[in-house]
Amino acid sequence: MSGRPKHKSAPETAAPRGGAPPPATIPSTHGGDDLIRLLSPEGVWLGGSGGSPFPPSRLIELFRGMLRIRLLDGRMLNLQRQGRIGFFGQSTGQEAAIVGSAAALKPEDWVAPALREAGVALWRGLPIERLIAQCMGKGSEVSQGRQMPCHHSYRAANFISMSSVIATQLLHGVGVAMAAQMKKDPIVCMAYLGDGATSEPDFHSALNLAGVRKAPVVFFCQNNQWAISVPFAKQTASRSIAVKAVAYGMPGVRVDGNDVLAVLAEAGKAVERARSGGGPTLIEAVTYRRLGHSSSDDPTRYRDADEVKLWEARDPIDRLRKHLLSLGLLNQSKEEAIEEELQAQISEGIRVGEAGKEPPLESLFSDVFAELTPQLREQRDATLAEFAHRELPKGHGH
Amino acid sequence: MPVMTMVEAINDALRVEMRRDPRVVLLGEDVGVKGGVFGCSAGLWKEFGGDRVMDTPLSESGIVGAAIGMALYGLVPVAEIQFSDFIYPAFDQIVSEAAKMRYRSGGEYTVPMTIRTPIGGGIRGGHYHSQSPEAYFAHTPGLKVVVPSTPSDAKGLLLASIRDPDPVLFMEPKLVYRTLKEEVPEGEHVVEIGKARVVRSGKDVTLIAWGGMVGMCEKAAAKCAEEGIDCEIIDVRTIVPLDEATILESVKKTGRAVIVYEAPKTGGFGGEISAILAEKAIEWLEAPILRVTGFDTPFPYTLESVYLPEPGRIREAVLKVVRF
Ligand SMILES: Cc1ncc(C[n+]2csc(CCOP(=O)(O)OP(=O)(O)O)c2C)c(N)n1
Repeated sequence: MSGRPKHKSAPETAAPRGGAPPPATIPSTHGGDDLIRLLSPEGVWLGGSGGSPFPPSRLIELFRGMLRIRLLDGRMLNLQRQGRIGFFGQSTGQEAAIVGSAAALKPEDWVAPALREAGVALWRGLPIERLIAQCMGKGSEVSQGRQMPCHHSYRAANFISMSSVIATQLLHGVGVAMAAQMKKDPIVCMAYLGDGATSEPDFHSALNLAGVRKAPVVFFCQNNQWAISVPFAKQTASRSIAVKAVAYGMPGVRVDGNDVLAVLAEAGKAVERARSGGGPTLIEAVTYRRLGHSSSDDPTRYRDADEVKLWEARDPIDRLRKHLLSLGLLNQSKEEAIEEELQAQISEGIRVGEAGKEPPLESLFSDVFAELTPQLREQRDATLAEFAHRELPKGHGH
Repeated sequence: MPVMTMVEAINDALRVEMRRDPRVVLLGEDVGVKGGVFGCSAGLWKEFGGDRVMDTPLSESGIVGAAIGMALYGLVPVAEIQFSDFIYPAFDQIVSEAAKMRYRSGGEYTVPMTIRTPIGGGIRGGHYHSQSPEAYFAHTPGLKVVVPSTPSDAKGLLLASIRDPDPVLFMEPKLVYRTLKEEVPEGEHVVEIGKARVVRSGKDVTLIAWGGMVGMCEKAAAKCAEEGIDCEIIDVRTIVPLDEATILESVKKTGRAVIVYEAPKTGGFGGEISAILAEKAIEWLEAPILRVTGFDTPFPYTLESVYLPEPGRIREAVLKVVRF
């Protein structure tokens, strides 16, 4: 699958779903509804005279990171269709939000992820073969096939184990930040969420607590306009997500989530503010979920193809590509070389991941507690004894 | 040895552990300046400061969710839910997050957190200051559930809970909070999680209870003794993990079991104990296993004393199984 968009870029009038936002009436210290942007959809630098402060190597790194997510999505969806993985939660179209926010963090920072942030773990060093082994439920991966695909945990990079439950992770992010604050460690936790998660009580609890404690946490909302089949306009009557920050006494920022440089710049400011004791920030990255909610979802049943086309034309990778082309940092052969290398990495990841062993039967019972309780020991022993003389039951398919 | 109420023993345990381990922090509603609505954290805010004894916003999910994050980062949080009746906003964080974190991350992340919460009737608290929700939590793999019945056990089990590498729900019976005083060891005093306590040995019938109902069983046993019936009483102490061995040993000896709990009868944890006895001790049983429990109603205000199992009702059940 190619990283190149199929549609020519259309002039963008980026309005949130439901029309243009009303003029901001909230104090500027609390950000507001203005969509912050550093690159035009045509890849033209909008950040003022002097040009982009990003070094060329950084720009190429961001491009690679985004392309890797796009390519991986394609490959994983293929594996899913072939029945080699049971499920996949893709993030096509959201690569700028993912990579831009991840790139704002230091290695010692923490991440409390939701579903669309596997790319953040990759950015922080999660090996592709481990990601794939997780998606294949292999025993070679740390969680021993206990969770559905795309529920990663990566301790080495302080990437907290993901659950399916929407918005719970926001409070873990606040707790991590409060603990770091207490220990006087200069770290920041980036807590991710989707637009749907803003309706959950834990969103309120987390932002409220973070505001009160001035915790070093950044709430990064990927507003991809859809929560499965529910559009943003049915999720909230608020004109934006960023504006909700006002109620929690923290800055709210609304950034073009398809502009990786703007995302990186705004996330960077928020992270440094948090690190220096300035407290939390709510960032709304306005982007779009171009594919289904997951491999199990058919979005044509609930939304217009025209809307999808519009956002395909606002492709985040294409935007950075045009910028890089204009700077002379990229050309077709360079990009092909990058793509080839990434595809090779992914192929190798699939080969190694898929070759992983199945989880052993004992892994069903371990890690419930640090030590087996008598009840767990009894259940484990009985299960091992039973399957010593009969075959494991067939799985229930994918 | 100093004589303490359960509230004082809990306070003592918290102080001992906070002095010993700088990673221990308290958080909850009114736990700081006020010292908790029951006074369990009295004086700790003054001694350890607002960073380690935190008054939080009024959000149970927030308290538990943030405590999980703190535990992930390496602290040892002790969260207080003011009444277990208000634990439900945090149910999701407890059941979906704290209890599954070790398992789902293959041990990469763990949650050594204790949640303290008062349970049970006896203070005329009506629906929302009286319930005993232990069964909901006992049904959650990855969560330990501890219910002390005496001041000394409260201290020893709380120290064990705070030091446990996994999340522990520590349920404190309000019925006992200030009514029972006893000697409690000073300083270090740890009671192992997972060991039931034989409160009274006897040969005719085994009474199995936890929390506030242990005292009720003692009163019932005293009455029965006058009538020549010798009751053994087992204080379960930890619902999860359950000390089946001690319970089975007793019932195999007496051949009769009466299980006493405050929660509604249907789906209560006593049903689980009954099932274990049926699975593993049926050939020793001389009579049906009986349960003396709250009713399948919301917890009532005026008729609380009828709803709560009391010595008279327990005695009736004992007579039934003895005469069976
Ligand atoms: C508490 C909870 N309710 C419902 C679900 C089922 N569910 C999974 S993802 C999802 C939509 C999430 O939308 P959003 O927060 O916008 O994130 P997105 O998937 O768009 O990235 C729903 C309803 C869930 N996982 N957790």
